[in-house]
Amino acid sequence: MEAIKMKTEETKSKTKLKISGAEAIMHCLLAEGVDVLYGYPGGAIMPVYDELYKFQDKLNHVLTRHEQGAVHAAQGFARVSGRVGVAMATSGPGATNLVTGLADAQIDSTPMVCITGQVTRHLLGSDAFQETDIIGISTPVTKWNYQITKAEEIPEIMAKAFYIAKSGRPGPVLIDITKNAQFDEFEFSYKKCTGVRSYTPVPKPDPKALEAAADLINAAKKPMIVWGQGVILGKAEEELKALVEKAGIPAAWTIMGASAIDTDHPLNVGMVGMHGNYGPNLLTNECDLLIAIGMRFDDRVTGNLDTYAKQAKVIHFEIDKAEVNKNVHVDVAVLGDSKETLGLILPLIEENSHEEWHNEFKKKYEIEFKEVIEKDIHPTKQGLTMGEVIEEINKASGNEAVIVTDVGQHQMIGCRYAKFKKSKSNITSGGLGTMGFALPAAIGAKMGAMDREVVAIIGDGGYQMTIQELGVIFQHNLPVKIVVLNNDHLGMVRQWQELFFDRRYASTVMVNPDFVKIAEGYHIEAKRVSERKDLSAVVQEMMASDKPYFLEVKVEKEDNVFPMIPTGASVSDIRLK
Amino acid sequence: MKKQWFTISVYSENNVGLLNRISGIFLKRHINIESLNVSKSEIEGVSKFTIVVNTTEKWVRNIVGQIEKQIEVIKAFYHTDEETIYQESALFKIASNLLFDERQIQNIIKDNNSQIVTVAREFFVIAKSGRRNEIDEMHEQLKPFGIMQFVRSGRISVTKSEMQISALLQEFYEEA
Repeated sequence: MEAIKMKTEETKSKTKLKISGAEAIMHCLLAEGVDVLYGYPGGAIMPVYDELYKFQDKLNHVLTRHEQGAVHAAQGFARVSGRVGVAMATSGPGATNLVTGLADAQIDSTPMVCITGQVTRHLLGSDAFQETDIIGISTPVTKWNYQITKAEEIPEIMAKAFYIAKSGRPGPVLIDITKNAQFDEFEFSYKKCTGVRSYTPVPKPDPKALEAAADLINAAKKPMIVWGQGVILGKAEEELKALVEKAGIPAAWTIMGASAIDTDHPLNVGMVGMHGNYGPNLLTNECDLLIAIGMRFDDRVTGNLDTYAKQAKVIHFEIDKAEVNKNVHVDVAVLGDSKETLGLILPLIEENSHEEWHNEFKKKYEIEFKEVIEKDIHPTKQGLTMGEVIEEINKASGNEAVIVTDVGQHQMIGCRYAKFKKSKSNITSGGLGTMGFALPAAIGAKMGAMDREVVAIIGDGGYQMTIQELGVIFQHNLPVKIVVLNNDHLGMVRQWQELFFDRRYASTVMVNPDFVKIAEGYHIEAKRVSERKDLSAVVQEMMASDKPYFLEVKVEKEDNVFPMIPTGASVSDIRLK
Repeated sequence: MKKQWFTISVYSENNVGLLNRISGIFLKRHINIESLNVSKSEIEGVSKFTIVVNTTEKWVRNIVGQIEKQIEVIKAFYHTDEETIYQESALFKIASNLLFDERQIQNIIKDNNSQIVTVAREFFVIAKSGRRNEIDEMHEQLKPFGIMQFVRSGRISVTKSEMQISALLQEFYEEA
């Protein structure tokens, strides 16, 4: 019945013999090009793990130490490689432990397929051991989910799962498979899915919208681009750069869009949003044309919507129709895949430069540099700053590293000061703000880009949420560099308590263990730096190492991240202190 | 923006779990579903949800966008009352003796263009289709005599304009 609503294509790996559902899952994964997956076994998924044992030469299953670690690792893998991440867990608690990662992948549009075991079909609804309604639970946080109760359904549903996860605006898909469907045998054949009739992944670009957008761009005196992750997901980095250069438009990014254009590109004017750069935030309310590309006007980007870019015309390049006019009223919506629409608009754009306008950004940068940036990255005070650590990493890596951040102050500092030369280099939990994301995501990122240096930058709070994944780094000898910026506080919450809650530091002081000893317990080389004079040498040593490396930097305990747009304030009200 | 009544029509695949997915979209925004009806549609194998809400046009536009985004939803629309032909159905269960003792009841049945669907020894059942206010009116008229049971369905509606679902599906197969 599914078949009539799906388009499929025959693949070479056609096997016409009776195999178990569990073995069929292996063939489906291989047909989809999967070679690594993350997971944790348990009762309801044992038949699948039994097959993984037999397929271990083709499918590298990484045993994380918690299912949340598995799902974040799959996310990190997907974000850095552009491929579909795969995570696996058993029923009940195994499945519910995936939920945070699903929500994270959903809000950050990460292609992922999660496979969960489920109690055998006749026990469904009986409150059986480790039975939980993961379909019901995961519905709001998945792009699609489905419960397989018959082995015969496996090939079609798996094909559909991968197709849905990676097509259009990507997202997580959860497939729940009852134990009987894993055991039962059937005649297997696999066809890749190429379409689902009720689903239009990529809207067709409208030539009229493209023309209208081009007219606005050509006529604009003070245009500004804000790009998001849609550029990276659409592999449209070159097209974006071409547009920026041809039209001479200052371009800023959301944290999810970071690294799509070189940090040092002259027209890259920095980050927008709550802790973004001074210039692009302020000038959002002075531009005459705001060109949003593959971004969704998140509240952390816009601040108060009533005072956001009201003076400007707005163009929105977007793949997801539901995002258009959701938060910000747009004058022209250009629907479609960013690579396609940017490619199509480029010939319609006149060569231009907006030097005077671009100078406004430079002037604002000078102010920010003097007030904030210089103090952050070249401090003269005694305590170490997070910013100077990032700056040392930039120097030691030549701006080539993949930077994986967790959530909080170090994340904002990381996104502000890390420099990038390659796309897909900034892996962070943007929309959901999931503490505990970075360490497992760095594992996935490393495995998704073995030729690249991966540096996880984590706060002392978030680190302890998934610290157990050090076990994976140790077991697989993954040369991930882990930098904990330890201020012995939940720094971002503490900052808000200082600014908005009269310094009532409720539950934000962390009493921390000896992180170096913990890393050493996992046989990972570990160092601690508490003084400026040691920082540069140790960072260089870390970056030069071809092994896993843990570095704890004791930073100033009560530093704040600025600039800052307080919640609910206008982008014009950005504070430098 | 002013709140008003909207009828949302959703054409979808007939899959378990979709109702949960759709109702979640309303739940997130604290929008009460005033009435919900799920049935087959004019196209074989395609289900139709008819959902009535009272909200602003901005919200209903956002909601319809979010609904249409769901993988198994083929197309979703919203319409104002003026743009649709809509009805509800109601059943009244009334004690049988009243049918003979109270002559007025027969007039109510006739005047309201309703039908007696069954007559048993103890009770009889009247079916009435129409607009909400017509059903409410009939309810008011019957109330003094005693209503043993009453139920009213969700709104069902068709639009005055064309719904091009078949063409949309055709496009999918032609591209194959």
